[in-house]
Amino acid sequence: MSIKNNTRSTLIYTIAAWTVSSMIFFPILWTLITSFKTESEAISATPTLFAFEWTLVNYLDVLSRSPYFTHFWNSVVISLGSSLVGLLIAVPAAWSMAFVQSKKTKNLLMWMLSTKMLPPVGVLIPIYLLFRDFGLLDTKLGLVIVMTLINLPIMVWMLYTYFREIPGEILEASRMDGATIGEEIFHVLLPIALPGIASTLLLNVILSWNEAFWTLILTAANASPLTAFIASYSSPEGLFYAKLSAASAMAIVPILILGWFSQKQLVRGLSFGAVK
Amino acid sequence: MATTNSRTLARFMLLPSVTLLLAWMIVPLCMTLYFSFIDYNLLVPGDKEFVGFLNYEFFLTDPAFFESFFNTLYLVTGVLLITICGGIGLAILLDQAIWGRNYVRIMVLAPFFVMPTVSALVWKNMLMNPVNGLFAHFAIWLGFEPIDFFAQMPLFSIIIIVSWQWLPFAALILLTAIQSLDREQLEAADLDGAGPFSKFFYIVLPHLSRAVTAVILIETIFLLSIFAEILVTTSGGPGYSSTNITYLIYTQSLLQFDVGGGSAGGIVAVIIANIVAIFLMRLIGKNLEG
Amino acid sequence: MGSITLKQVTKNFDDVNVIKPLDLEIKDGEFIVFVGPSGCGKSTLLRMIAGLEDTTSGNIEIDGQDATHTPPAKRGLAMVFQSYALYPHMSVRNNIAFPLKRAKVSPAEIESKIANAAKILNLTDYLDRKPGQLSGGQRQRVAIGRAIVRQPSAFLFDEPLSNLDASLRVNMRLEISELHKSLATTMIYVTHDQVEAMTMADRIAVFNGGIIEQVGTPLELYQHPVNKFVAGFIGSPKMNFIEVPNTETNETTSLGVRPEHFIISQDAGTWAGKVGVIEHLGSESFLHVTLTNGTTVTVKADGDCPLEYGDSVFLTAQKNKVHTFDTNGNTIKVNN
Repeated sequence: MSIKNNTRSTLIYTIAAWTVSSMIFFPILWTLITSFKTESEAISATPTLFAFEWTLVNYLDVLSRSPYFTHFWNSVVISLGSSLVGLLIAVPAAWSMAFVQSKKTKNLLMWMLSTKMLPPVGVLIPIYLLFRDFGLLDTKLGLVIVMTLINLPIMVWMLYTYFREIPGEILEASRMDGATIGEEIFHVLLPIALPGIASTLLLNVILSWNEAFWTLILTAANASPLTAFIASYSSPEGLFYAKLSAASAMAIVPILILGWFSQKQLVRGLSFGAVK
Repeated sequence: MATTNSRTLARFMLLPSVTLLLAWMIVPLCMTLYFSFIDYNLLVPGDKEFVGFLNYEFFLTDPAFFESFFNTLYLVTGVLLITICGGIGLAILLDQAIWGRNYVRIMVLAPFFVMPTVSALVWKNMLMNPVNGLFAHFAIWLGFEPIDFFAQMPLFSIIIIVSWQWLPFAALILLTAIQSLDREQLEAADLDGAGPFSKFFYIVLPHLSRAVTAVILIETIFLLSIFAEILVTTSGGPGYSSTNITYLIYTQSLLQFDVGGGSAGGIVAVIIANIVAIFLMRLIGKNLEG
Repeated sequence: MGSITLKQVTKNFDDVNVIKPLDLEIKDGEFIVFVGPSGCGKSTLLRMIAGLEDTTSGNIEIDGQDATHTPPAKRGLAMVFQSYALYPHMSVRNNIAFPLKRAKVSPAEIESKIANAAKILNLTDYLDRKPGQLSGGQRQRVAIGRAIVRQPSAFLFDEPLSNLDASLRVNMRLEISELHKSLATTMIYVTHDQVEAMTMADRIAVFNGGIIEQVGTPLELYQHPVNKFVAGFIGSPKMNFIEVPNTETNETTSLGVRPEHFIISQDAGTWAGKVGVIEHLGSESFLHVTLTNGTTVTVKADGDCPLEYGDSVFLTAQKNKVHTFDTNGNTIKVNN
């Protein structure tokens, strides 16, 4: 807590912080390293961190043996698609709640959040049966619908907290200046709220990318995203550590990079504005 | 900003979100409720008879229900305990003047972006495997008998994995909260002769209460429905020792195709979640408003 | 043209009545200031004139046309907001051009209007900057620029100077007054600062609790306040009120004397008292005198006033400068 800047305490804290964070990061690092090892090296009783023969064979194996790109594409379509559709529905709602407040606004927000508390298993069977009857099982469209709905409350909340920070007077000024409601939203609100909208989109892409209940249950061969693709490694392929690592790396690296870029906004968004 | 025009428009623009969420909540829930009162198995064609509370009776008197109920409880509280205590510690550490703080932060945050199936498989196979896992190698090197994590302590192993996934989230939110603490308060406490412990308990911890509430709320939402981690590691076993309610209902409905029984379980899960929700909303109402 | 007439206008927020039935006539080319404490309804009324708030009942007429239900964009009014409300993502040029583009003015004409406004407001060098790169005073001028290019029939100002520091506020006050003289357009100006009201207004409307207490020129309000509220609100430092028992009616009446209307004597006078803190401003001094009945009054004295803390003094009001108020706070008679 104290802001004493003496070098000794900085050194001690630095060592402690690096030790702890390295331990936390280690499983990921280990996965990335193992993905470049041969299978026999991967299970060696004397594991090595860097001193081994680096190879790309695992990546080639994973790519040739399974339709990795199909799963990757499914993940992209599902996460990006649901986030974009969600945005389309959530922006008007957030606009209403942020700029035309009424006594009911708070309750409405709380209610939206509470839909998030509904356990997925509570609606598992009907959704499964409805999907079966409407031919949505194992389709990307079906998953886009589900992902949009389960993330909608979070989107509305995030956008709401961002919109609340835009002074209403700016929108009123545009109204005085003769802007129609459409011009008000496209020329004034959206450009100002762009950073908030971008991070909302980003966070939702991340959440949908990693969602592992509906994606596992509602998909089979055709629409399964990377979460389901990796789950297929649970046995017995999971014992081929190097290939498991390569597949895992290919599933997590895109989102890892995306996440690191948006870490600041992520905190705000996920805490529903409770922490700034 | 408040003319009749804009109010009408606002209602209109709220409509899609509200309708969709309402439909998403009500329609399937009503169907679940209906299924829970009939005898309906996808494998047994025939008429779907009304059986009253029979499905509930079976579900609630099944020893598996109790086991998975307590497993859910242990799982949620265990992870909350680890992530919040660890998160506070990490947050305080990262708040210090340290070299390379950005890199440290990126490393701490990383697990949050790893999809549950990947983290579960990596931990299960590469770290916790009793033969080839890194922990086993390490134990042998130290001269101990390697632990067979998923056979000997399946639920605890899952708690470890899930905690690893959620620790970054807790740490980052708490770190942000600590950074918003008014430094003058601490300096005033210094002048008042407060030691590091009294500063922590009387200033830092109360300041964090809001952030801790947020962490509890959000984590609980997700932790109640842990599924993938169980599916790819233990499949709920051995026996029911690592089955939570979500997983139990999944096996009943989609592996045993018992729609009636699974639906009854689903309704029970909704009721449990509601109890937790009411409790949490109270907590939040108190902490987020103020 | 820019005459605005309010007829029996009221406003309710849910069940709370914030503006009681109110009539007001604003003449074309007039600079009228709405002044009053916060929550008195002055900003709400301005926003109703702008069309940003619905009118609960009554009529708002602009240039003789009923505009009660006209949307803000169609009223031909321009507004300058307290927070300036500049579009942060647009350059100064585009901020000023925004209303013109909405009105589908030709690009050449937009260009010439911007150049003209920038010249008047000293913004020519800043046209390509974003609002975030400007000082408070410059932002204020951009907001005014955005308003004047539209050539509105009236300008509405909502506490436009309250975010500026004191010295800048004095400058902007002059600039706005100057602008009014050169444009000769109706201006409605809302403020809680009576100094702004006194220095800028042709006429002042004093608001309190959702009603207009008095409308008049600055001097009328200063010299002939209709009640204790207006008397206390207009003038700085505030008017002193001394309670005296009225022997005829057995009620207490209140005497109001402005600090600048006392005569100080060390020998004799109407009220005896003790000097407390003395604020020396150089050109003048303000004495805080505690009278024998316990009332503390502020007295304006010369800059080189020789009195000191604790001295005994006698105060007398200047002739014809005493205001008398009855128990309800209404002015009884004006000794002029």
